[in-house]
Amino acid sequence: MIPAIATLLLFQLLGEGLVRLLALPIPGPVAGMALLFVVLIIHGRVPEGLRTTAGGLLQHLSLLFIPAGTGVIVYVGRIAGEAVPIAAALVVGTILPIAATGLAVKGMEWLRARRRAAS
Amino acid sequence: MAARTAKGGIVTARLADVWTQLASQPLLWLMATLAAYVTGRWVQDQTKGHPLANPVAIAIILLAAALILTGTPYDTYINGAQILNFLLGPATVALAVPLYQNLDKVRRMLPSLMVGLAIGSTVGVLSSSGTALLLGASKPMVLTLAPKAVTSPIAMGISQTLGGLPPLTAVLVILTGIFAGMFGWPILRLVGVHDPAAAGFAMGTAAHGIGTARAFQIDFTAGTFAGLGMGLNGLATAVIAPPLMTLIMG
Repeated sequence: MIPAIATLLLFQLLGEGLVRLLALPIPGPVAGMALLFVVLIIHGRVPEGLRTTAGGLLQHLSLLFIPAGTGVIVYVGRIAGEAVPIAAALVVGTILPIAATGLAVKGMEWLRARRRAAS
Repeated sequence: MAARTAKGGIVTARLADVWTQLASQPLLWLMATLAAYVTGRWVQDQTKGHPLANPVAIAIILLAAALILTGTPYDTYINGAQILNFLLGPATVALAVPLYQNLDKVRRMLPSLMVGLAIGSTVGVLSSSGTALLLGASKPMVLTLAPKAVTSPIAMGISQTLGGLPPLTAVLVILTGIFAGMFGWPILRLVGVHDPAAAGFAMGTAAHGIGTARAFQIDFTAGTFAGLGMGLNGLATAVIAPPLMTLIMG
């Protein structure tokens, strides 16, 4: 477990370095994820410890958003001031992209399956 | 009688003293956050996974109530819960593992995912900012809402670039995630998207890490594709949000 955590932190660190070096518009951990992904492809398999530690962390991913989410109490006043447009933007601006993305992927898969069947 | 009251007073004073000492230490609020999460998961189990019983939302409500009732400032709280916030970094890196385990499927679906990404990121920015604009939100609020679909560090950066309020964007990002956690999966069912990969990708694209966390709870493949959607849409929105906002705000 400890070597696995060290590996994850190492790749986060490499990601942070890469992002700063190339002035990329993404956070360090996302770059770290991409780097680890490439290294896993080269390595050809996932070490057992890394697999279980990653699984454990991701199983409880939602726990990690709670501290930042509790920050909502700091902005209650600001949100209440424009409550109607904010609430509407949250509802419409979440439902539409979820449905649109899901349907686009589904539609494309259907088209590609049909083209494969035809050829 | 008088002696007992005096003794009671001393005990109360001692308790208050102990509270003051513990309340300023990380231990208390770290424990409280874990307890709130465990409670949220318990409620979710009790309701047989009802979408409205979202553990993140329940935990935030419990903690907010605790902070308000005890008069604890958010800064004191976050000092304790910081370690969990920090773990978001390695957890994001860890998304590479399931991604690699699904490499063949990701590769096979890549063209479809790219089309989904292009549509999802554009609809995400336009529907959030457009709805706010139509309902008369102030200009800074419209810009603050525009990047709310993507993971908070990227969303805050985009908000800054656009001229919004980055810390408020972070809060709206989380509210988006909670809303998607509650209604995202039922909506996908409703419009007929049943494939875990397509549905997961939609959850991650439209609702970042919280959507991903929810997808992982439902199905491991869905969680994997959600993580991919989250990462890719962070990039896509950073690129398309500034020109799109110039276009609609004039």
